[in-house]
Parts: sequence; structure tokens; C-alpha cells
Amino acid sequence: MSQTVIDQSKVKNDSLSVASKVNRKTAELLKVNPKDAKLSMAHIYVAFIALFLGGTAGLLQVLVRSGHFELPFGIGYYQVLTVHGVLLGLILTTFFIYGFQIAAVSRTSGTLSNKQRLLGWIGFWVMTAGTAMAAAMVLLNEASVLYTFYAPLQAHWIYYLGLTLVIVGSWIGGLAQAMRWIQWRKENPKQTSPLLSFMVVCNNLMWFVATLGVAAEVLFQLLPWSLGLVERVDILLSRTLFWYFGHALVYFWLLPAYMVWYTIIPKIIGGKIFSDSLARLAFILFVLFSIPVGVHHQLTEPGIDPSWKYVQVVLTMMVSIPSLLTAFSMFATFELAGRSKGAKGLFGWLKKLPWGDARFFAPFMGMLIFIPAGAGGIVNASNQMNQLIHNTIWVTGHFHLTVATTVILTFFGAAYWLVPHLRGRVFTKELNRLGIIQTIVWVVGMAIMSSSMHIEGLLGAPRRSAFSDYGGAEIAKTWASYQVAQAVGGTLLFIGIIIFLYIFVKLCWFAPKGEEEFPIAEISPQAEKTPAILENFKVWLVILAALILIAYTFPIYDIIQNAPLGSKGFKLW
Amino acid sequence: MHLHKYEKYWLLFGGGSLIVFLLITGIMAFHNGSHPPSAKNTINHEKVDQIAPFNKPGVHKVSGKDWDYEIVVLASAFYYNPPELEVPVGSKVKFIATSKDVVHGFEISGTNVNMMLEPGYVSEYVTTVDKAGEYLIVCNEYCGVGHAQMHSMLKVVDKK
Repeated sequence: MSQTVIDQSKVKNDSLSVASKVNRKTAELLKVNPKDAKLSMAHIYVAFIALFLGGTAGLLQVLVRSGHFELPFGIGYYQVLTVHGVLLGLILTTFFIYGFQIAAVSRTSGTLSNKQRLLGWIGFWVMTAGTAMAAAMVLLNEASVLYTFYAPLQAHWIYYLGLTLVIVGSWIGGLAQAMRWIQWRKENPKQTSPLLSFMVVCNNLMWFVATLGVAAEVLFQLLPWSLGLVERVDILLSRTLFWYFGHALVYFWLLPAYMVWYTIIPKIIGGKIFSDSLARLAFILFVLFSIPVGVHHQLTEPGIDPSWKYVQVVLTMMVSIPSLLTAFSMFATFELAGRSKGAKGLFGWLKKLPWGDARFFAPFMGMLIFIPAGAGGIVNASNQMNQLIHNTIWVTGHFHLTVATTVILTFFGAAYWLVPHLRGRVFTKELNRLGIIQTIVWVVGMAIMSSSMHIEGLLGAPRRSAFSDYGGAEIAKTWASYQVAQAVGGTLLFIGIIIFLYIFVKLCWFAPKGEEEFPIAEISPQAEKTPAILENFKVWLVILAALILIAYTFPIYDIIQNAPLGSKGFKLW
Repeated sequence: MHLHKYEKYWLLFGGGSLIVFLLITGIMAFHNGSHPPSAKNTINHEKVDQIAPFNKPGVHKVSGKDWDYEIVVLASAFYYNPPELEVPVGSKVKFIATSKDVVHGFEISGTNVNMMLEPGYVSEYVTTVDKAGEYLIVCNEYCGVGHAQMHSMLKVVDKK
């Protein structure tokens, strides 16, 4: 079944050649409704303002840590680090993802109803107000606790409330998107739903279940504690609740990139989706294995039984199955597209890929980087190897490959068609060339920054640390040159951000007016019918709940049962 | 659901590697006892400097135990007590550490001795120091403005 169901129903009785003509014509007509486009763009503006501010903070950090630069005006390194983490890890990602997902649902399931769109706007404003509250507290230096919170470091309660509103707003907005998909299902009984909308619903469902953890931490622990209603909090419980959410968060960033890979990229390269069922299966597996795995961030912590740590390590590694499925589907799509264009030989199809098209090139480089990024991730989550790299700057190097390259390059590549589509403009040749240059700058900058972070981490340098010579220790001297390399890579990345923002501003307001396609690929005709079970979220929710209960019941019971005296708050910055 | 032939091979290979990998880590953990540090003793962190062993931080020779030395470290913002440790090369040591205030890290740079110190919990790790030299101990968990200045030194010295 195809997700472009409208196309299919129209062409069912026509001959193939006519069908493809009609297909092309209807595809051109399939535009995101202007009102939905406005909602989507509102999210995207906030996202890229966050990119600019958070990127600037990142530049300041690498400069400080090189040891050759000091922050002016009494600004603290950890204040800047908090800005960087919150804006890029939480705000840029969540807002761009929602901007993309709203457009994706509107394009594949149909225009949002007024009620759904209103919910979308409420979600947007709640998230934006929350962002402003948290940002104000960070700027006033009331909240240099990084976005991972680090209780018993205690931020101002407005900071916690602000971030809570970001989460609550995302529930409202996510519900609006899911409601459109449910409406489609009701209007089209017994049909396979549009793939892209299905993926959006998977991602939102995972996000909702995962954010319950951080919501519990903030509502029952950090907020009452920072307001002075309770004196002490259980630190290990707060950390466990955070990481229940914290790892699913990274899949929440990744899945929209996968949506682009599965449903958009095949169209851009002139191919078809390899298999609808496999795509859906991969997403379901991601949902299942995203949450009962958070303890792998806590492998070196006391108070958690090592057997349960191992259980979660096993569940963590299950994610390699949907990852392998995705890698196979991607390269199968590339090869089939290349061969349909007459490619010969074992690797001839590589030459047929549109290397000069930034809409393909940026996400493709992201996919390529995901190979070393994934390998590093296996090291991180390995029961024992983790001890060598835990909390070293290796980890920072790791997620700058995953989220800050694989995910963000895919988002950049998506912005090149999404923004002009929504703004009624076109992605010109010159802008495309800039997009290619941007991708190269990004990959080179990141290669320099991330490799030096990985190596420096293996040499023992800690993450989230300002410049220090550690009392002149010999080993710390070996770190210095890598920190200079990080400053060089980081500067290139900042230039990359500026180039991207230039393209973005052009696409919003200055590029020539016209129609830019929202590319959605069709399912390959060889692909078989999708089993209905894949769309039955009741089944998957029950399995997800069971996995979470298995992985977390005993550790959390144990943490609460054997809890030491709780902690009072500290403000040590 | 139909899978392409090559996809079956690919998934079999991937799934097979996964099983082998998990078996190895599992055997390492449960048979060879190479678990990550997961001690479960709790302590009152606000009175910790009056409670043994943290009333006497430092290197203590012990007998009748599976290890030769106990190295007791009390961390607080932004300081390790004691600031310097010395043990003879080749000894089997048990690190026993905790925090008096916020969460800190205890990482011996360039080695796999790496554990979190959380208020209320005692972290422990047993290892053999088999190479002489000076090892920098750093705090690797953000603890406040002095985080990057929080360090101490482990000296592994030749036997006298």
C-alpha cells in the first residue's frame, strides 16, 4: 500500500503510463495547507533562532576550553554550557521536529481541522512561553545546572517550571498531530495509513511515554523542592527518572531523520520506498526499545543492582535490529534507484545518485556519519567498556556525531525543500550550491572536532569541564592540543551554522516565489501488503508497558526501599 | 511479512553478532565478576566525616581481605580528601568513596577506574594497580563552578 493513497485511488483503473502522469500531477497539487504551513513555520523560526544562539554558545565553549580565551562580563562557562545544551538539545530539536511533523501530517493525512490546528497553536505557545521562562533564569545565572538538572544542584523553580511547560506544550502539539492520523483512519477504514503520518504517531507516542519520567521528576521532586515545599529529594531516584526519559530523547531526535530517509530521500533520488512493512516494523521496534534502556547512562552509579544494569544493556542493544533494517532499506533503495536508471556492475548505482542535490547530499552524509557514531554508541552502552569513557569528552564527541551531524544534517537537508514549500518559494541553484558547501564545511568541522573529542576522551579528559591544567598534571598536558583542535572544528561548525542560516533567511523571505515540491516517495510495486498488526498501537503499547515494567520495577523499588537520607539543594555556581 | 533473501542474511549476521556480543559481556559480568561499580551501601552524607571509614580518609593497609589496601576518599565541592594518595605497585586496592554534598565523579584518567559519587551512597571498586606512575584523578560529573579544578593524584610507587 502506498501512503499517497489519494494518488492510488485516482489511478487505480488507468494504464501505467497514464497513471504515472496523473501521479505527478496530483503530487504537484499536494501542498501543505497555508494555515498549517503557518503553524509549521512558527515552530521552525523558533528552532533556528535557538540554533543561532545555541551555536554561538558552542563557539564560546570550544574557545574557552582551548585555553586561549576567557569569557567577558563575568559570564560563566557553565552558564554558556547550559544555554548550549538546552537550546540545541531541547529547543532546536523539539521545535524543528514539530514543524516538520505538522507539515508531514498535513501533507500525507490531510489538512488539520480547525480544532486540531488550534491545539497545535496552543502547544506552540505553551512551549515557547516555557522556553522564555527557562531562558530568563539561565541568563540571570539562576539555573546553571545544565539540561540534565544535576540535583542536588538546585536551580530557580521558574527554570524547572519553564522546561515543564516545554514538555506539556509538546504533549498538546503532539496530540494534535496524532488526532489528524486518527481522523484519517476513521475516514479510511481497513486501509493502511499514510506511512509518514504513521511514523509521526510512533515518534509522538514514544515521546509521550518517555516524558512521563522527566515530568514525574520535575513535578514530584524538583519543583516542590525548589519552591521549598519539601526539604530533601532522593538523588538516585531523580537521576533514574531523568534517564528513563533521557535515552528515548535521543531517539526522538533520530526518528524524524529516519522519516526523511525512509519516505523523502527515495523520491529525491528518483526511487521508491523499498518496503512499507519494514519501515513500519523498524519504527515499532524503536518505540519498544527506546525507554526500558535508560540505566545504561547510569552504569557506573552506586545503588543500582548490576544484574538489572545488564538487563537494560541487553534491551539497549536490541536497537541494533531496527538500525540494521534501516541501513539495509536505505542501500536497497539507493541500489534499486540506480539500477532503474541503467546503472551496471556491483557499485555502478553509486554514480547515479544525485550528489549535487543538497536535499540528498546533506542527509546522505548524515547517514554515513551514523556508521562510526553507532559503533561509538555500542562502546558507550557496553557494560564494561563504559567505565573507560563514562563522562569523558568521548561521550560529547559521540553525540556530536549522532544528533549534531546525522540528525542535524538531515534536518538541514529537509529544510531546503520544506521551508520554501511552506513559504511558497523555490530552492534555487545558487542556494543548492551553498547547501552543498554547508554540508562539506559541517562534515569537515565535525570530523576535526569529534575525532579530537573521542581521542581526548580515551586519554581520560572529562566532559562538561572548563579549561583547566589540573595542577600541571602530565596527562592533562596531552589533552591541550586536542582542545585546540576542537576550537578549530567548532569554529568551522559555527561558520556552517551561519551559512545555513543565510540559506534559511533567503528561503523564508528572499528566494524567488514559486512552487517547491514536498517530496514523498511511493512504495515499491514489489513490496508486499503491510500486515495490519503493525498499525495496532494497542498491541505495541501493551508490549512497551510490559518491557518498561520488567526493566524498571525492581530497580526503582530497590532505590526507594533502600533510599539514604535525601539531599538539600545546593547552588554552587 | 516477506523479507528479501539478502535481508535475511543481513539480519541473521547482525542478530548473530548481537547474541555473541551480549554473551561475551554477560559472561564477563557474571562469571568473571567484571560488573561496573554498583555498590549498594548507604550512609548519612551530612554526617559522613564522623562515620567510619570516612572519618579517616586515606590509604589503609588491611589484612585478611581479598585486597591489600583500602583507599578511602571523601569528595566535596570542589575537593578530594586526601588530595594525594600513594600505594605500592602491584597491590590490589579497593577504592571506597562518597560525596558530602552534590554528585561528583571519581575517574582515574586513562584507566577504567571510573565511578559516580552520589550523596548517601558509598561507591566501591576493586582493582590491581600494576603499573607505576602518577595518575590524575578528576571529577567528571558537573558539580559547580569549581568543577574543572577538582582533582587529586594517585601515585603508584615502586616497593621500597
